[in-house]
Amino acid sequence: MFDIVSFIPRAVMQGIPLMLGCTGETITEKSGNLNLGTAGIMYVGGICGVIGAFLYENSGVVMVPVLTVLIPLLSCLLGSLLMGLLYCFLTVTLRANQNVTGLAMTTFGVGFGNFFGGSLIKLVKADIPSVVLTKTSLVFSRKLPFAGNLGWFGRIFLNYSFLAYAAIALALIASYVLKRTRTGLHLRAVGENPSTADTAGINVVRYKYTATCLGSMISGLGGLYYVMDYASGVWTNGAFGDRGWLAVALVIFTIWRPNVSIFASILFGGLYILNIYIPTGPNLAIKEIYKMAPYVVTIIVLIITSMRNKRENQPPAALGLPYFREER
Amino acid sequence: MEERIPAVAMRDITKRFGPVVANDNCWLNIYRGEILALLGENGSGKTTLMNMLSGVYFPDEGTIAIDGKHVVIRSPKDAFALGIGMIHQHFKLVDVLTAAENIVLGLPGKLDLKAATAKIREICDTYQFDVDPNQKIYDMSVSQKQTVEIVKVLYRGADILILDEPTAVLTPQETDKLFAVLRNMRNDGKAIVIITHKMHEVEALSDRVAVLRHGQFVGDMLTKNTNAQEMTNMMVGHPVVLNIKRPEPVNPKPRIEVKGLTVRSMDGFLKLEDVSFTANSGEILGIAGISGCGQKELLEAIAGLQPVEAGSISYVNDNGEREELLGKDPLSIQSMGVALSFVPEDRLGMGLVANMDLADNMMLRSFRRGKSLFTDRHSPHKLAENVVHDLDVQTPSVETPVRRLSGGNVQKVLVGREIAEAPKVLLTAYAVRGLDINSSYTIYDLINEQKAAGVAVIYVGEDLDVLLELADRILVLCGGKVSGIIPGRGAKKRDVGLMMTKLGGVGE
Amino acid sequence: MIQISKRGSLSRGKALIIRAVGLLLGILLCSLITVIVTGQNPTEVFATIFKGSFGSNRKTWIFLQNTAVLLMISLAVTPAFRMRCWNLGAEGQVLAGAMATTACMYLLAGKVSNATAIICMLFSAMVAGAVWAGIPAFFKARFNTNETLFTLMMNYVAMQIVSFFCVKWENPKGSGQMGIINQKTQFGWLPQVGNRYLLVIILAVVLTLFMFFYLNSTKHGFELTVVGESERTARYVGIKVERVIIRTMLLSGLICGLTGFLLVGGINHNVSSEIAGGQGFTAVMVSWLAKFNPIIMVLFSALLIFLGAGAKELATGLGLNQSFGEMLTAILIFFIIGSEFFINYKISFHKKEREVK
Repeated sequence: MFDIVSFIPRAVMQGIPLMLGCTGETITEKSGNLNLGTAGIMYVGGICGVIGAFLYENSGVVMVPVLTVLIPLLSCLLGSLLMGLLYCFLTVTLRANQNVTGLAMTTFGVGFGNFFGGSLIKLVKADIPSVVLTKTSLVFSRKLPFAGNLGWFGRIFLNYSFLAYAAIALALIASYVLKRTRTGLHLRAVGENPSTADTAGINVVRYKYTATCLGSMISGLGGLYYVMDYASGVWTNGAFGDRGWLAVALVIFTIWRPNVSIFASILFGGLYILNIYIPTGPNLAIKEIYKMAPYVVTIIVLIITSMRNKRENQPPAALGLPYFREER
Repeated sequence: MEERIPAVAMRDITKRFGPVVANDNCWLNIYRGEILALLGENGSGKTTLMNMLSGVYFPDEGTIAIDGKHVVIRSPKDAFALGIGMIHQHFKLVDVLTAAENIVLGLPGKLDLKAATAKIREICDTYQFDVDPNQKIYDMSVSQKQTVEIVKVLYRGADILILDEPTAVLTPQETDKLFAVLRNMRNDGKAIVIITHKMHEVEALSDRVAVLRHGQFVGDMLTKNTNAQEMTNMMVGHPVVLNIKRPEPVNPKPRIEVKGLTVRSMDGFLKLEDVSFTANSGEILGIAGISGCGQKELLEAIAGLQPVEAGSISYVNDNGEREELLGKDPLSIQSMGVALSFVPEDRLGMGLVANMDLADNMMLRSFRRGKSLFTDRHSPHKLAENVVHDLDVQTPSVETPVRRLSGGNVQKVLVGREIAEAPKVLLTAYAVRGLDINSSYTIYDLINEQKAAGVAVIYVGEDLDVLLELADRILVLCGGKVSGIIPGRGAKKRDVGLMMTKLGGVGE
Repeated sequence: MIQISKRGSLSRGKALIIRAVGLLLGILLCSLITVIVTGQNPTEVFATIFKGSFGSNRKTWIFLQNTAVLLMISLAVTPAFRMRCWNLGAEGQVLAGAMATTACMYLLAGKVSNATAIICMLFSAMVAGAVWAGIPAFFKARFNTNETLFTLMMNYVAMQIVSFFCVKWENPKGSGQMGIINQKTQFGWLPQVGNRYLLVIILAVVLTLFMFFYLNSTKHGFELTVVGESERTARYVGIKVERVIIRTMLLSGLICGLTGFLLVGGINHNVSSEIAGGQGFTAVMVSWLAKFNPIIMVLFSALLIFLGAGAKELATGLGLNQSFGEMLTAILIFFIIGSEFFINYKISFHKKEREVK
């Protein structure tokens, strides 16, 4: 039977990394930067968190909960911030092609993650090829207090760690800022028409840097959440998979609206694990077909939005284009 | 009078873009309570100079003083703070935002659109502007967009206003209205600079004229003490004849017959409604109208680039046989043996490929010739050399990408290529837009040559004075309908202006 | 203060020097990182990297073969890129070709002659690759659907299809993998030309020349360049833009399919969702770094394969992780991308504004 009460929390947990990645990428794209490096950034965010936690767990000192959270969190944010800065330096300051830079960033990020992951694995000399950070994960995956007592309600709505709620909060805040504040208005203008924003006295370069770096840091958190909560503190090389690309696809799926991404990511999370919940009997091959679901759905949405061609649903007009003021 | 302290004093300003010197030790005074017309040919550095005043560019050398005080303007923000506002030729508006959002763009403080809307309404009431603060820019007409730009500058409390070719897209009536507003502002004590090419506007509006040439300041004088001929000579640097030739048509015969043409845009708006006319060989048919009144759709429909809802377009060949052009794409029109050349409005975005060199741009028309799978690069190269030689195109070589050429030379390349096809029909859209006086006259001469050779020329223009002097007949479009067709000789500008805004053009 | 302006043009020699300096700086940083991580001295590190590709006869052949494969995929994506159509789906198109080849090898085994089978494999692979590229191309041409993400998603769909068949046709049972296909009979294996590496290399050379002439001297090549520069201009001169988009993408997919055919039929005799190994993305970078020039792509493919093999050698020799190579390659690419800026723009330094009284 399809067990909805256990399915939803798994779908949500599966969706949170996508939600963070999508929110981060939306903020980035609103500034006109199409960052295809998001997949790499999420890897870097994850592994930096792992490195921080690993060093702290193995430092021999008595672990304090606050530091157990702060150290991986800050190393994750730092790592993804540096990735964002690198992307901006190349595409904004040096005006490199965004697609190529993004792909190189993904190559780099995945390589970086697997290299350090592999090195740590070698260091612990475990039987299985993974790093286990149980103590850190316990703190990261702590649920809300009443989650266990309130029956199905608790299991569906309260059963998550602080990062999951933070992800939802970030999506809502991002949505509010983009729609209702001056900063959001300026950011949208930069992504739509940088030369107009520039003549209006908005510092285009600063907005692009800030939005992209902030976006990277949020995306990076997705990697951290994945390792520390979803995977219970177990880092295995390659386990994060293609979630970064799904996050990029989600941005289009949500037509650049972070609040929509909350539901969309959970939906995608559900599609991602659907193959586990649909009984297939002995036919294991069919599971591989179910795994296509999120990609096929993205393609369909892509086609439908392009067919409807509504003005408000289009990507930021200057997405993917470099801006140079003295162009003539 | 020259004892006053100027509102803006620019001194020894130099600005380079790579190897190009846009302004060379240029200086300029702007006074309050005065409208200054800034004149100069294309590439004389007017816009660059004003961009440095509004903080878009930063001068390499030189100083700027506002009301006698030395200032440094590093960004548009600095310019706003000094009360300087510029209305650019290409509107600086974000399409998907509303008028109000565009107007408050870049300002500090909390976003309060309600308060902003109220203030915008107030400004609109003062100067009788018609702007809906909540309308999206992409829903607006050009003149509405320009109004938004002016409100934007006033909202910021600017008292030094710069307008870069503001009338290029307006009807005579809209122009009159704008001028009235500008005069009001001048009387309020604001300093106003207007960049324009049109001499009669300079004479009608400005109090003082300043002329730039090759990035340098040539001189300034009171408008009432000078005239169009003197100003033009100063701009060009040598005396110029300002008359356009109009030879009598040679043996005109119907060439293109358009009947009941109706075109709807992608969003479902009627762009052309029941348009009928005949274009004769050996004659120039001028098309007048407010910009966006269907001129573009009309030419593109004839050229086979625009889907048409109803009507017919027939081509009449030398033997008097008719062939239907409707529903054919450019390729099949060409293969029918109809020699049709088209100089589109958007030269680098449609007529030419900016990143390709002159020779490859010539090849655009000819690359299909022959059965071979491979392209013939030899003859386009030769054609490019001929065009460069015959039309005196200023270019380092025919291997130079056309984007590096100046506007006038780009247009010569495009017109040269289209004429080289030995057309029977020549469509031109805004053929002299943005060109300086010398280049414009070269283009008029080329068009007249084609007319003399028996080509049916359809000339879409925006400068009524030129249309009235050049065209044999003038078709006036108004909101996508034919408002009237009148002979060019003896036509009155006022009448044409009225026809542009009102069908038939009778009565006020 | 620093001022940046666009360069008019730069001589080829100077541009080459700038690129070389960029590359050199990148190599310097990479070796610095390597020296820090491994503690070895730089000359040893370089020697090891060199050994990765040229350590033995066999390694040299493998280096050439891998270069040929990467080059073929890079050539495949190039016409689409030249048309400004960001085909990031080479990975999936190769997989589609590989899967079609596998299906022929698996299903036709023992039913037809070897030669017939190989012809079937070749055709079905090219058709499969073309279809995989054609679907996004159709929607791009018809509705202007964003091809970057469409092709990207198609990669994952292809991967899942391959995974599906790997499980369905698993060998041995329960492994979830296909293993070496027709290991005993060698049915459907491509014949060897000279040695087992040469066939792919020869094909890559032929394809490079073909692509060079296709892009620069044919009417098709001219058309797709015009479409890439400006769709409106293309329509204005009577080019059927939709047709050119679909035709060009089909060509991209066709070559990718061919590569998939070679990977399964000629090189690996095996299929998995990892068979393209991310080269579809590497190819994007190769094509772009070479400014879509097929001849220069040879150099960049060789460079990237050389670095990858070198890093692998370093990794196995020193007990490092293989991903080390990916990291270093990416760093080098950053430097090459970055150096483009100095080719296109000029930076001038002004001491201070001149005060003029």
